[in-house]
Amino acid sequence: MIEIAYLTKTFRKFKALDNINLHFERGQTISLLGPNGSGKTTLIKSILGLVIPEKGTIRINGNEVKDNWEYRSQIGYMPQIGRYPENMTIRQVIKMLKEIRKDCNRYDEELIEGFNISAVHHKTMRSLSGGTRQKVSACLSFLFSPDILILDEPTAGLDPVSSELLKDKIIKERTNGKLILITSHVLSDLDDITTHIVYLQDGKLMCYKTVEELKKSTGQEKLNKIVAAIMQKNYREEYQLHENNY
Amino acid sequence: MKTIIKYVLLDLLKNKTILVYTFILAAITISVSGIGDNASKGLLSLLNITLLFVPIISILFSTIYFFNSVEFTELLLAQPIRRKTMLLAEYAGIAIALTIAYLVGVGVPICIFFYNLAAVILIISGLFLTLIFSALALLIFVLFKDKTKGIGAAIIIALFFILLFDGLLLSFIYSFSDYPIEKPLLGLISLNPVDLARILVLLQLDAAVMMGYSGALFKKFMGSATGSIYTVICMLCWTIIPLITAAGIFKKKDI
Repeated sequence: MIEIAYLTKTFRKFKALDNINLHFERGQTISLLGPNGSGKTTLIKSILGLVIPEKGTIRINGNEVKDNWEYRSQIGYMPQIGRYPENMTIRQVIKMLKEIRKDCNRYDEELIEGFNISAVHHKTMRSLSGGTRQKVSACLSFLFSPDILILDEPTAGLDPVSSELLKDKIIKERTNGKLILITSHVLSDLDDITTHIVYLQDGKLMCYKTVEELKKSTGQEKLNKIVAAIMQKNYREEYQLHENNY
Repeated sequence: MKTIIKYVLLDLLKNKTILVYTFILAAITISVSGIGDNASKGLLSLLNITLLFVPIISILFSTIYFFNSVEFTELLLAQPIRRKTMLLAEYAGIAIALTIAYLVGVGVPICIFFYNLAAVILIISGLFLTLIFSALALLIFVLFKDKTKGIGAAIIIALFFILLFDGLLLSFIYSFSDYPIEKPLLGLISLNPVDLARILVLLQLDAAVMMGYSGALFKKFMGSATGSIYTVICMLCWTIIPLITAAGIFKKKDI
């Protein structure tokens, strides 16, 4: 469904993405993991066409992303920090997006009901707390029932109840055959929902495996232990490389 | 595109700056029109006010608005919308709002007080200035990432065209006064939209004495009709070229 080949992006001298090759299919939930500044958000933004890559191609359902815009109707995006026109109310934002997305006339309002957004409908975006803003972002990304969902730190700032609700929704959408990409630092949140793990470090792809494989190879059950094992392995390799150099 | 323009306009309607701008323009126009008994003198003062206020307000307000609505841009660009459509729709929204403000503030009073061709031309040139300077603001928005730098650039551009350009032109005329510089001078004037607007109105006013060197040249070389058409074409270019450039740069910009 998403094919990424030789993707490279540099900001000035900083290599944010270095020759990334990935292939994602329907029905997968992919966790994009890696330390801060490892290129997760850049990868997501490249898929969305918000960041223009220097080299490499991204194809979605066979169509190249470059110079194309129609494909975005299949993607629901929940940004890390949802930024909205400050003077608009929640109701207006939702209405505006519905008007812009005339191609879609069936709305998935499950989350809007679940989060009880209608109770705060009249509030302006300026006056919202970080968590409520996050809820609005989540609702908007699911609203047009897209085939691909890209969620950048979805559970950060959400209360436990809402967080569970969102996780249930993610699992439900995956069983409906959708592709879901998640980045998060709260690994315990990803535990029950993820099927594949992509680990990035300094813009390089370190590992892309299913959770089952990783469980077997590391001998760990929990995701945070698995990730710790991957990180340690990388660290050890780097350390050895370092020693060999001297 | 229509949807985006609609929401930009809705947002701007709530904005008090636009209302204050309209009100100030109206107050100035009405007070200036009431003073003199000579219609052409009144129009000349109005012309000077238009040339001073419209560019600087248009460019500053638009730049600030574009930078403040970065969130709006980000939200929409994740939707299936062409980048160019998005950018031009935002420009159209703000240009329409400023145009309405100018029409209400200057256009309506002028039509009531002096109803003649020169008044209509003054309105048209004011509208062109609005469109040109908000297009330049769009270019600034696309070129700069930082809001403060963008606003600084907007102020510099406005001051350059309003004040500095004429000074440079004068020094050019002064230093090359021994040569036949009329034709190059015509070309140089086309590089300043504020001068173009001034000439467009003055060609109608028959106030050759007040036109200064550049106006006299225009009249001599082209006559009223050709001169007017030439200035209008130049101003159209001044609107369209920044817009096309901005759209081109925005296409490759990382959000």
